Amino acid sequence: MMTKARVCILDYGCGNVKSVYNLVSTLDAEVTVSNAPQAIADASHLVLPGVGAFGRSMDRIRELLPMADLQSAVQRQGKPFLGICVGMQVLAVTGREFGEHPGLGWVPGEVRQLETAGMPLPHVGWNNIRIESPTPLLEGLGESPDFYFVHSFALRTDAPGLIAATAEYGQRFPAVIAQGNLYGVQFHPEKSQRPGIRLFKNFLALS
Amino acid sequence: MKKRRLIPVLLLKDGWLVQSKGFNRYQNLGNPITAVKRLSEWASDELIYLDISRRDEYDLRRDDLNHPNRRNILNIIEDVSKETFMPITVGGRIRSLKDIEVRLSKGADKVAINTKPLEDPRFISEAAKEFGSQCLVVSIDVKTVNGRPTVMTDGGRSPTEHAPTGWARTAQESGAGEIFLNSVDRDGAKTGYDLILVDEVVKAVKIPVIACGGAGEWKHFGEVLSQTAVDAVAAANIFHYVDQSVYLAKKYLFEHKFDVRNPDLLVLR
Repeated sequence: MMTKARVCILDYGCGNVKSVYNLVSTLDAEVTVSNAPQAIADASHLVLPGVGAFGRSMDRIRELLPMADLQSAVQRQGKPFLGICVGMQVLAVTGREFGEHPGLGWVPGEVRQLETAGMPLPHVGWNNIRIESPTPLLEGLGESPDFYFVHSFALRTDAPGLIAATAEYGQRFPAVIAQGNLYGVQFHPEKSQRPGIRLFKNFLALS
Repeated sequence: MKKRRLIPVLLLKDGWLVQSKGFNRYQNLGNPITAVKRLSEWASDELIYLDISRRDEYDLRRDDLNHPNRRNILNIIEDVSKETFMPITVGGRIRSLKDIEVRLSKGADKVAINTKPLEDPRFISEAAKEFGSQCLVVSIDVKTVNGRPTVMTDGGRSPTEHAPTGWARTAQESGAGEIFLNSVDRDGAKTGYDLILVDEVVKAVKIPVIACGGAGEWKHFGEVLSQTAVDAVAAANIFHYVDQSVYLAKKYLFEHKFDVRNPDLLVLR
């Protein structure tokens, strides 16, 4: 029998931690909100929420998260990791929002402002994603589920294998990335009603 | 393709859910939490909560009727964000960065600010810097005064010197992420949206505009969506008249080929 997932939601003061916590709490999992090395070590799954600007988020991540422990959990032990919105963007090498900021560099690419051809920015609202490469994270969600987005910046990457799904808003941009145990979503599954709940269930089923 | 949003607005007065007419007549609809259960999962895209209380104290301490439904806005946000996993905007009585922080920490995703930025436009940029534009909705109440559309302050009571388009542009330049545009004249009138006003403001800014005020039939949503480039339509009263109202409104729009989410995929778990 599968053991219950133990989810650690990382809190660096910039994410909507409470919303993510509220959703995951309704699922069959133990949930903690913590930055403590012990909590990261005990967790089976890690979530990095995100709201706001790239540079500020990276500053807070460096200041508040135990990077060596996190790196060990994600890169050596291979624990499933989900970055949400800015929590996905910071996985890139560089962010170009209010200047140039180094990211975590766990995935190739940089984060740049969306080119929307005159459409309003930020990109706010429900948009469908297009699955580019099947991933267990998107299982059971159909061909083009709708998710809730709020962002002005997006990942640019020339590593095509990284992109699991894209969305279109003036330009096509990566909406879901997957690289081994590392996942990132540009939208907010914690605010995406049923498709969001399903995505979290899929994430918790990863091992 | 990005969908256009349909957003129920829940008006809270002294802890009760109310209906409003002309920003000055109110009818009590009861408990705001049960209303959410009714409205939220039936295909709403977001929820907007506006606290239109005038008193400073209206929580349980001031509860002379001893009725369990009377709740303060922060408790309401907290409960709602546990019930429903969609974006929640909270407005009303926000006068400081601290007021914003508290609402976000209770589970609001965005805040709507109205009177404070009219008194001090720097409030928008200060809030944007602190919390990000994505969570800042500048709410604009418009009323015709001497034949001229005029931005109102103090809950729609007092006129300002601002025209809606100019003030919307100022809000955008100061860091607002969205505009919530409310017609005081149309509030509760059920005669449809003020299409000219909505069109002017949408054309004046690049950020998304949410139109509110005047919806009396489903086709009014269709009118404002087809005749303006508005990003979202919001309404309060209309959603309280019939059961499954948001679902039915969404279904109407979906069947009339508007770019909204398919409501059939969204009904209750």
